[in-house]
Amino acid sequence: MPEVILSLLEIFPDWLQVLLVALIKVVVIVAPLMLAVAYLTFAERKLIGYMQIRVGPNRVGPRGWLQPIADALKLLCKEIVIPAKSNKYLFILAPILAIGPSLAAWSVIPFTDTLVLSDINAGLLFILAMTSIGVYGIIIAGWASNSKYAFLSAMRASAQIVSYELAMGFALVTVLMAAGSLNLREIVLAQSGGIGDWYMWPLFPMFIVYFISGVAETNRAPFDVAEGESEIVAGFHVEYSGMTFAVFFLAEYANMILIAMLTALMFLGGWMSPIGAFADTPILGDGIHWLLLKTSFVLFFFLWFRATFPRYRYDQIMRLGWKVFIPLTIIWIVVMGVAMFLTPWGHLFH
Amino acid sequence: MNKAIDIIKSLFLIELLKGMSVTGRHMFKKKITVQYPEEKTPMSFRFRGLHALRRYPNGEERCIACKLCEAVCPALAITIDSEVREDGSRRTSRYDIDLTKCIFCGFCEEACPVDAIVETRVFDYHGEDKGDLYYTKDMLLANGDRMEESIARDRKLDAPYR
Repeated sequence: MPEVILSLLEIFPDWLQVLLVALIKVVVIVAPLMLAVAYLTFAERKLIGYMQIRVGPNRVGPRGWLQPIADALKLLCKEIVIPAKSNKYLFILAPILAIGPSLAAWSVIPFTDTLVLSDINAGLLFILAMTSIGVYGIIIAGWASNSKYAFLSAMRASAQIVSYELAMGFALVTVLMAAGSLNLREIVLAQSGGIGDWYMWPLFPMFIVYFISGVAETNRAPFDVAEGESEIVAGFHVEYSGMTFAVFFLAEYANMILIAMLTALMFLGGWMSPIGAFADTPILGDGIHWLLLKTSFVLFFFLWFRATFPRYRYDQIMRLGWKVFIPLTIIWIVVMGVAMFLTPWGHLFH
Repeated sequence: MNKAIDIIKSLFLIELLKGMSVTGRHMFKKKITVQYPEEKTPMSFRFRGLHALRRYPNGEERCIACKLCEAVCPALAITIDSEVREDGSRRTSRYDIDLTKCIFCGFCEEACPVDAIVETRVFDYHGEDKGDLYYTKDMLLANGDRMEESIARDRKLDAPYR
């Protein structure tokens, strides 16, 4: 298949070929991602419904399977209302700034040992940078809307993301220390050998800290004070409608999937099979299906959290971030460093 | 000592895991959703829905234009005009209920000395234009004629309590 496409492209000049190949690669990643986002919203509604002893959406198409398609069509057809007193350029720019980084981060995700768009050595750093830049979209949306609720929400979101960024970064430093690399592919390869070799076991507390920070980072329940519909209506996207709102929605869910996939890559052994002995067999062995399975498993927890926990109070979020997670991660890094280099138990972390 | 236990509990997220086990268990419970148009919940014979004007079995309309319902209506939704018919009996020439004003309190039904105005079990009616929910005498009588069977059954069930 790839050879056929490449030979087809030879009719174009060289510089255009490079561009087109890159474009095709991007589409191959982004199109399934968008589909995954659509069906994640469906899964969310179904799952939360089930946990509340309801059945969830079941009217559009067989068993409700066409619901996300209908939702997307509705959003496409709706009018984009731009508030009269808003800053129009920033108002339109904000959703673009929100979704851009959350899609760009996917460029360094290794889906299997060989299937990765750009296998760069500082992949993890790139991802941390991209997920942090995403908050600019939210801040600018809150500012440009010229609405008190949106503005309050933007303040909350920026404070929250800055706080949890630290804990998340520190938790990932422990992964770096264990793997000895910033390259995501090498981090996964360092976990080869079966379920016992995944980093979730030696770094279990950091795995939990990372995951909870990830939930806070994506502004998901129970850390969704930025949305807080009972206090500030809908937060930063109160003034957004139609496609501009849909883009924020896409960005949030793409971020969720990204965090889930990163969790799978860094703590759950990525595309590795849980049974090391089967590594080379076709179905049970290593492959992209294991990564997708692990990602779905982590996503299930995102939805489970949302169905279970009430929203944290704002000061409780700050307390958890600054007074619990950050000290915990720093202590863990020191203990781990000492254990790795000064005691004979360093092999525990490799 | 209790404080130490509390700290350990919160450190290991015990309470959170308990909460998650509750939602986790509920996920596999039997769902209680009623699939509305196909399934319906049981309904009382005292249900107060769409209005209807009844007739006697011989076809004569019950309403005698006493205007008690008009007087008792807290939302002023009922408008009645009356006149003397050729045979000398007093009857309504106009009996309108504005269902957009009606609050479905059932006072009209209770005030009526001849059980003429009643509220039926129908709750899923709608209007597509302005004024569609302004019910005139003819429409109310038509409602009564259409649903007389169920109306009579409901009155009979309620009779011991009145």
